[in-house]
Amino acid sequence: MGAANSCTQTCGVFMSFALFAEQVLNGLQSGIMLFVMAAGLTLIFGVMGLINLAHGSLYMVGAFAAAAAAAWTGSFLLALVAALTGAALVGMFVEMLVIRRLYDRDHLDQVLATFALILIFSEGTRFFFGSFPLFLDVPKVIAGPINLPIGIEYPVYRLIIIGVGLCVALGLWLLISKTRLGVQIRAGKNDREMIAALGVNISALYTFVFAIGAGLAGLAGALVGAIQSVQVGMGEPVLILAFVVIVIGGIGSIKGAFIGAILVGLTDTLGGIFLPELFKLFMEGSIATSLGSALASMLIYILMAVILVCRPQGLFGVQG
Amino acid sequence: MINKTIKILTSSAVLTATALTSSAFADVKVGMITTLSGGGAGLGIDVRDGFMLAIKQSGRTDIEVVIEDDQRKPDIAVQLADKMVQSEKVDVLTGIIWSNLAMAVVPSVTAQGKFYLSPNAGPSALAGAGCHKNYFNVAWQNDNLHEAAGAYANGAGHKNSFILAPNYPAGKDALTGYKRFFSGDLAGEIFTKLGQTDYAAEIAQIRASNADSVFFFLPGGMGISFLKQYASSGVDLPVVGPAFSFDQGILQAVGSAALGVVNTSQWNKDIDNPTNNAFVESFKAEYGRLPSLYASQGFDTANLLISAVATSDVKDADSFRKALEAANFDSTRGDFKFGSNHHPVQTIYARKVIKEGDIFTNMIIGTALENHSDAYAKECKF
Repeated sequence: MGAANSCTQTCGVFMSFALFAEQVLNGLQSGIMLFVMAAGLTLIFGVMGLINLAHGSLYMVGAFAAAAAAAWTGSFLLALVAALTGAALVGMFVEMLVIRRLYDRDHLDQVLATFALILIFSEGTRFFFGSFPLFLDVPKVIAGPINLPIGIEYPVYRLIIIGVGLCVALGLWLLISKTRLGVQIRAGKNDREMIAALGVNISALYTFVFAIGAGLAGLAGALVGAIQSVQVGMGEPVLILAFVVIVIGGIGSIKGAFIGAILVGLTDTLGGIFLPELFKLFMEGSIATSLGSALASMLIYILMAVILVCRPQGLFGVQG
Repeated sequence: MINKTIKILTSSAVLTATALTSSAFADVKVGMITTLSGGGAGLGIDVRDGFMLAIKQSGRTDIEVVIEDDQRKPDIAVQLADKMVQSEKVDVLTGIIWSNLAMAVVPSVTAQGKFYLSPNAGPSALAGAGCHKNYFNVAWQNDNLHEAAGAYANGAGHKNSFILAPNYPAGKDALTGYKRFFSGDLAGEIFTKLGQTDYAAEIAQIRASNADSVFFFLPGGMGISFLKQYASSGVDLPVVGPAFSFDQGILQAVGSAALGVVNTSQWNKDIDNPTNNAFVESFKAEYGRLPSLYASQGFDTANLLISAVATSDVKDADSFRKALEAANFDSTRGDFKFGSNHHPVQTIYARKVIKEGDIFTNMIIGTALENHSDAYAKECKF
C-alpha cells in the first residue's frame, strides 16, 4: 500500500491497466467454466437432438457430491473425482431410465420431462442434504493470491480453474476428432439410422455421450462450488447462461461452445464493470451505477440477439 | 407443489392444555406464506419453525395455522394470498421473506381488511406513505440494519467505504440506509446482479480503489460466495455488513472466511433475558440446531399474535389492532415496542463472527444504534 501513496499520473494509468488485465482474466475464468458446462449440453443437443433442462441439476449433483466427499475424506482431489464420477453415474442412470424414451418425441415433450427432472433433483437433494447451504472450500495451499507480472494479484485457484478448463477443451477436441469413438459421435450427429445400420450400438453410444456431458457438468459444479455456495437450485442460473452460449456458438459445435463461452464470460464481466463507469461520465453517480448495472445484465442477451440476426445458425453452426 | 397444512388443533400436546387456555373469543385462522423450497428455503423454514415453536409453547387451541410455500416467486405468493383470503378465510397473514413478494401481497390483503404481520421483509414503500393500519412489521424496516452498519463504521473510524448490494428494492434500501448514517466518503458504489455468484470483478475493483473498508449486503448464497472469494483474494480491508450474510443458517457454509467480521443485528443468541435464553434452549431441543435471527423473528411474530388473541377478538378489527399496537409480549430482543408506523423501535447491536467449538456463530460486541426508529415513519398517515 505504501507504493500507492507515491503514485503519479502514469502510475494511475498503469494501475488501471493492471485492473483491466485482472478483469480480462476474470472474464476468461468464468467463460471457461461456462464452456465445461456448455460442452456437455451442446454435445447432447447436437448428437441426440435432446433439449436437456436438467443439465443444471447435474451441475448441482456434482457440487453436492464434492461437498459430501470433502466432508467425509477431507481431500479436495477426491471431492473432484467424486463430483465427476457421481454426476456421470447419475447421468447414465437418468439416461437409461428417462431420457432414452424422449429421443423420438418432439422438443416440447423433452422440455416438459426434463423440467420435471429439475424439480425431482431439487427436492431429492433437499431431502438428503437439508435446506441449508453446504460447506466446500478450496484447500489452503491453493487458496491464496499469487503475484503475476505488471502488478496483478490473482487467486491461484482461479488460475487452476482456467487450466482445468483448457485441459477439458483439449481432451474433448482429441476425443471428437482423433478417436474412433469421436468418429461415431460425429456420424451419429449426421445420420442416426445409417450408423445404426453399420452395426454401431447407438443406444450405448448415446448413454456414453450423456454420461460425459453429465460428468463435465458435475466437475464444473464442484470447481465453482468451492468458491461459491453449494445449495439447492444453484444450477438453474448457470443453465440459462449455458443455453445462451450454445446458441451463440452454434448448436452441436464444441468449438462454437468454446468461443461462445469465452465471449459470454468476457462480455458479462467487462460489461458489468465498465458500463456503470461509462455512464458516470455523463450522469450522477448513483443513477449511473443503477442504470449501468441494469443494462450490463442484459448485455449477453443483446450479444445473442445480434449474433442471431447476423448468423441465425450461430457462429459455428451448420446451416439447416 | 408442496402443500402442507398443519392443523394445530389436532396436536396432542395442545389438547392437554385446552382447559387452561380456552378463550372467550372466536378462533383465529392464520395464513403463512413463506419460502420453503428453492434457493432461499432456509430463511422461510427458520421463520416457520420459530413461529410454530411459539404457538406450540403457548398451548392455545384457538389458533389454526395454514402454511404454504411461495417458492420465492411473486406470482405464486399472490395466488396463495388470494386462496387464503377467499377460500381458507384466514384472519391474519404472515410469513413472507422477500421484499418483492411482500410488495405484491401486502397492499392487497390489508386493503381487504386482513391483518398482515411481517416476520421479515420491511420494504421502505410500506413504511412511509404506503403504510397501512393493518400492516405490522415485527422484524425491522429494511434500512435499519444497514443504517446501524453505517453508524458502526463511523465509530470504528472508517473514512472511505466501498459499498455494494444487489440491484433490487431491498438492495437499494441497503445502500441508502448505509449512506444515511455513514459520515465518511465512498470509494465506490456497485449494484450487482440479483443471484450473482461470482464477485471476482467486484473484488478487483475494491482492490483498485483506495477504500479503507467494505460494506456489503448480499443475502443468502450471494454472501457465501462473496465472503469465500474475498477471503482468498488477498484484499484485507475490514468488512461490515448486516446480519443477513452471517446468520446461523449460512455461517457453517462460509466457514473460517467469515471469522471476525462485524455485522449488525437486532437479535443474537447471547442477548441475556429469560425469554431469549428459553427460546434458544427450546429451539435447539426441538429442531436440533441453533436458531437464526429469522427464527427469532418468527418466534416474536407468533408471540405478538398470541398476545393480541389473548385479550381481544380478531373479528373486532379495531380492538385487535389496539392489542397488536400495545405489543404486550416478551420479545427475544428484550423490550419491544412499535413506532407510529407499526415498525419496531429497537436497539441494533454490532456482532462479531466467532467459533464456538466446531460451530461458527456470533457474539455481541457493542451497540450500534439505540432505540432506533426508521426514516419513513413521519410520512405514514393511517
